[in-house]
Formats: sequence, C-alpha cells, structure tokens
Amino acid sequence: MKSNIRALYFLPYVLWILLFVVVPILLIIYYSFFNIEGTFSFENYEKFFTPVYLKMALSSFWYAFLITAFSLLIAYPTALLLTKTKHKQLWLLLIILPMWINLLLKAYAFLGIFGTYGIANHFLELIGVGAKQILFTDFSFVFVSVYIFVPFMILPIFNALEKLNPTLVDAAKDLGASPWITFRRVIFPLTLDGVKSGCQAVFIPALSLFMITRLIAGNRVITLGTAIEQHFLVTQNWGMGATIAVFLIIAMVIIMFLTGNRK
Amino acid sequence: MNNKTIIRFEQVTKKYDDDLPVLDNVSFEIERGKFYTLLGPSGCGKTTILRLIAGFTEPTSGTIYFNGKNINHVTPNKRQVNTVFQDYALFPHLNVFENVAFGLRIKKMKKDIIEQKVKDALRFVNLSGYEQRNIQEMSGGQRQRVAIARAIVNEPEVLLLDEPLSALDLKLRTEMQYELRELQRRLGITFIFVTHDQEEALAMSDEIFVLNKGKIQQSGTPKDIYDEPVNRFVADFIGESNIVAGKMIQDYLVEFVGKQFECVDKGFAPNEDVEVVIRPEDLEITTPEKGKLKVYVDSQLFRGVHYEICCYDKDGNEWLVHSTKKAEVGDEIGLYFEPEAIHVMRLEENSRIGVADEK
Ligand SMILES: Nc1ncnc2c1ncn2[C@@H]1O[C@H](COP(=O)(O)OP(=O)(O)O)[C@@H](O)[C@H]1O
Ligand SMILES: [Mg+2]
Repeated sequence: MKSNIRALYFLPYVLWILLFVVVPILLIIYYSFFNIEGTFSFENYEKFFTPVYLKMALSSFWYAFLITAFSLLIAYPTALLLTKTKHKQLWLLLIILPMWINLLLKAYAFLGIFGTYGIANHFLELIGVGAKQILFTDFSFVFVSVYIFVPFMILPIFNALEKLNPTLVDAAKDLGASPWITFRRVIFPLTLDGVKSGCQAVFIPALSLFMITRLIAGNRVITLGTAIEQHFLVTQNWGMGATIAVFLIIAMVIIMFLTGNRK
Repeated sequence: MNNKTIIRFEQVTKKYDDDLPVLDNVSFEIERGKFYTLLGPSGCGKTTILRLIAGFTEPTSGTIYFNGKNINHVTPNKRQVNTVFQDYALFPHLNVFENVAFGLRIKKMKKDIIEQKVKDALRFVNLSGYEQRNIQEMSGGQRQRVAIARAIVNEPEVLLLDEPLSALDLKLRTEMQYELRELQRRLGITFIFVTHDQEEALAMSDEIFVLNKGKIQQSGTPKDIYDEPVNRFVADFIGESNIVAGKMIQDYLVEFVGKQFECVDKGFAPNEDVEVVIRPEDLEITTPEKGKLKVYVDSQLFRGVHYEICCYDKDGNEWLVHSTKKAEVGDEIGLYFEPEAIHVMRLEENSRIGVADEK
C-alpha cells in the first residue's frame, strides 16, 4: 500500500521524463534514418562524415572552446574579487541580473551597439582609429557570447570559492607560499569542481548556439547549431538536421561525463 | 631585552572595525627554546596573538619584533614561524606525504632531500608508513600529527599551536600532552601553545600568560601562577579557589571573616582592602575547636581522589574543601590552614599596577 503511494508520487516525474526527454530523443534518432525523400537509409550519417560537416563540427567545437576559455579567464578573477568585497551578495546580484534579461533582447542591443552607426564605431572614430566592420565578425560573435555566458561561469566558481575553508589559504601562506603559489597549489585545485561545472554550463549551450550566431555573426560563422536550424526551417531536410542533433547529443554526453564530478 | 628573546610585543593593540580592542596595549617577551602557553577563556584574544605572530593580521598600533627586527609588515610566507591550526587545515586534495612536503616543495628542495625530510618528520610524530594515505582516511589524532609534521619539517624557530588538543577525546588528549611536551624538548625550539584548559596549561608549560578581555592578567611559571594569583580572575580561572574580601592590617597580618590571621604576604599599604584566596586542597578538616574557621557542611561529592565538600560560614561565605576525609552533611566542622595557604591579592582594578610594580 505504502509503496503504491510512493510510486504515485514518482509518476509525474516519470511521465515528464518520458514525454519531454526520452520520446524526443527517440524521435530525433528515428528521423535521422530518413533521407530527404523520406526513405529509410544511412545516407545522412554518411553525409555527416564528409568534409563539409566535419569542418562545421570542428568550427562549432572551436568557437565553443573559445567562448568557454574567455568566459573562464574573465569569470575566475571576477569571482575571486567578489569573495573579497564587502557587499558580495549585492555585487553578485548585479552580475546575475543580466541573466534574467531575454537572450534575444541582449543580442539586439548588441546589434545597435556594434552596428555601422553604433556607439562602438563612434568611439573608434573619436580615438582616431576610424569606423570598422564590427558586426558579422568572429570577434563580435565571441564577444557577445562571452558576455552572455560569463554569469553562468561566475556563479559556480563563486560558490566553490565561498565553500573553501579560509584557514587553508592561511596554512599555505604559513608554509611559505607566495600569493601565486597559494592560488596554483591550493585555491585553484580546491575550486576545480566549480570550474568544471562552469565550463559545462558554458560549453554545452555554446556548442549548439544558433540565434546569436545568426544575429551577430551573420553568415560568417556556420556551426552545427545554425546547420540544424537551416535543415529544419529552410531546406526542410529533417533527416539531416536530426542526424546533426544526434551527434550534438553524443558530444554533450561525453562532455558531461568528462567534466562531471565522479564522487 | 636579552639575546635569548626571540619575539617581543611592544604595546600592541588590535582592533577590528573600531570596536572595543581585541588586544589592548599588550607587551611581552618570548624566549628561545621554551614552552609558552596562552591561557584564557574563549574570545579573550589568544588566536589573535598567534595570528599577529604568524603575520595573518597586522597590529592596529604597537610593534612586534622577531629576533630584534620589526616584523609588523612582513608577510606570513617570509616569517620563520609555522602554525598548527585549530582545525589542522590540512589540504584535502593532497595525501599525507604531499601535505608534509608542501613547505619544502615551495623552497624548491631536491627531490631526495624532500623525501628524506618528510620521512623523518613523519617518524617524529609516529606516522611512518602513512605517507600515501588520504587526509580523509586519517583519524582526528592522526590528522593532528600530520599537521605537526607539516609544520616542524620546515624547521621553524617558533611553532604556534592553536588549541591543537581541543578536538581530541580525554585519553588521547592526555597522551598528546606528554608527546607535545616531549617533542618540544627534542626539537629545542619555542612552542607557543594556546588553550582554554587550565590543567593543560599547568601541566605542559615553562611559562603561562593568563589572558582576559585582551589583556595579559599575569605571566609566570605554572607554580607562580597557581600559588600567587595576582587577582580574582586568575585565581578563579586557574583551579578552584575560595575568594573572600579582606583587609591587610600590616605586613604578615591579614583580616578576613572578622578575624586576623598570620600570613606570608607583605608590601601593602596599612589597612589596604584586598582579596584573600585559599585553595580548596589547602583546607584541612578538623573539630570546630581546633579549626581557624567554623563552617557548616552543605553538600559533598566524591571525586575519586578526594571528597569535594561545600561548606558555609556564619556570614554566608562559601568554602570549598578538597579532603581525603569524609564529612557529614549538616555537621559543624573546623577548617585549619597554614599561613602559607593564604594568598593576598590586590583588588582587581589595581592588579595591573601591582604587576608592573613587581617588575
Ligand atoms: N576577523 C575578525 N573580525 C572581527 N572580530 C574578530 C575577528 N577575529 C576575531 N574577532 C574577535 O576578537 C575576539 C578575540 O578573538 P580570538 O583571538 O579568536 O579569541 P580566542 O582565540 O581567545 O577565543 C573575539 O571577540 C572575536 O569575536
Ligand atoms: Mg581561538
């Protein structure tokens, strides 16, 4: 009787996972085995291993890597600084605040800033560099992505730093460690879990970006994300789109496994 | 200052955020090769003194000297001092060997020298063979030894120990008291040991600083402090005491509970108001006629080696007696004591001046 009630409690979650996780994944795998004419084949998989798609995959990984790396470079020092400030909760809030703003709005805001007649170019003219093409470049794409993802990197690192026992830092100094060695030998290794979570939270979404890619990078950057969008919405080749999605899912699972905390 | 002095505090005051000072104008000297104990209740500033010596915090005013040099602004990694932290602060991501080797690796010593020194240090604390263990796999007592090994392997001139025994159970604690004392003798370096446990302080130290409210109340050998507490706080904190108000009639004659008694104290103003301390173990039970004091037995507890007997005199003063003889609750008994058992103290507010005069 009791176990029946418990099973009942689990029902909504099981249903949810079935309906919104398992079924969609199965559907994607199912669709990936149909070519554009609607006949069953391995054509899509063969196509994926041609240079066009492999290059696309490589560039997806490369951009996701760049975005993650720059986010980490910015987020770690920021988080470290945050833990040392007086009103850290307030500062943290200010940093998280942009996370609550819609992604599209932020992207459009950057269109204005980076546009030919935007503030950025105004500034460049003012300091004598002259107006430049900023939009639709690798730089603007990575810059905007990093701006959007940085809070997701700061949060887990900040939490890890807060959890770090401060006497361990004292102990390192006591044993003769300079601030840099203290960081390298004690602070960083002990906050590595936070860094991993942050990288996971940035790398995985960055891998499948397409909205920012479209808006900010135009046709400059073609990634797996934009390719999926193209196949589903433009060329109507659902099979190929699904195949790319299968590979993305596999990549994400591998990344989660690599960065996960095995405890 | 003599050439034995290794650390000197000169009028050191430490404040956090404009509050009351945590340390209030503290001055003292630490000599080479001795076992010192900072003793006082929780919150009196013991850890703060250690942090000032280690360099984790700077004095608000005053100067700290190490080997005669002002070290107020020297960072902790440049000081010849190592600390055994209260919670041990062992690095959880490193094994026992790497924890102990931490300081040596920073000094960029050769690999085989590091190996040798770590081995020796671990042998010193009876942990040979535990090199590859994780910190999480070590018991409280073992962790504490690792913390000690990690500190002494750097051959510091001064070792600071912040209540290192407080997390251990009684048996292990007593064992470690012997081991620490023995360790200090073998190493021959200065230990500054922090505790709030007066028995521990008395058992282990060459010299004790009794602290309260950010001030050093008294410093001296355990015997000095036990036998001649300078004020009520010290008398109360170091062991159980009977403390009553009194008056110093003249040298060697003190009056309390309405009677005059011969004593061994002198140097007070005639008729100066004082406080009188008599330790419970210095009181002897006898018949009411033979006793110097007449009291009624109120309650009695058996404590193993002695009975703890609580009595009241007719003025309502409480007298605690430790005696191997049993008493009967409700009986009138006499208490006898020798003149040497009486310790006369100046009143609390004058006590500091009293200490200064002696020196
Ligand atoms: N970083 C700090 N900021 C503010 N107050 C502190 C700080 N560290 C210690 N204190 C205060 O200083 C006093 C003495 O602390 P401490 O030296 O740790 O005492 P003890 O070790 O004798 O228990 C306490 O009242 C404590 O609250
Ligand atoms: Mg303390």
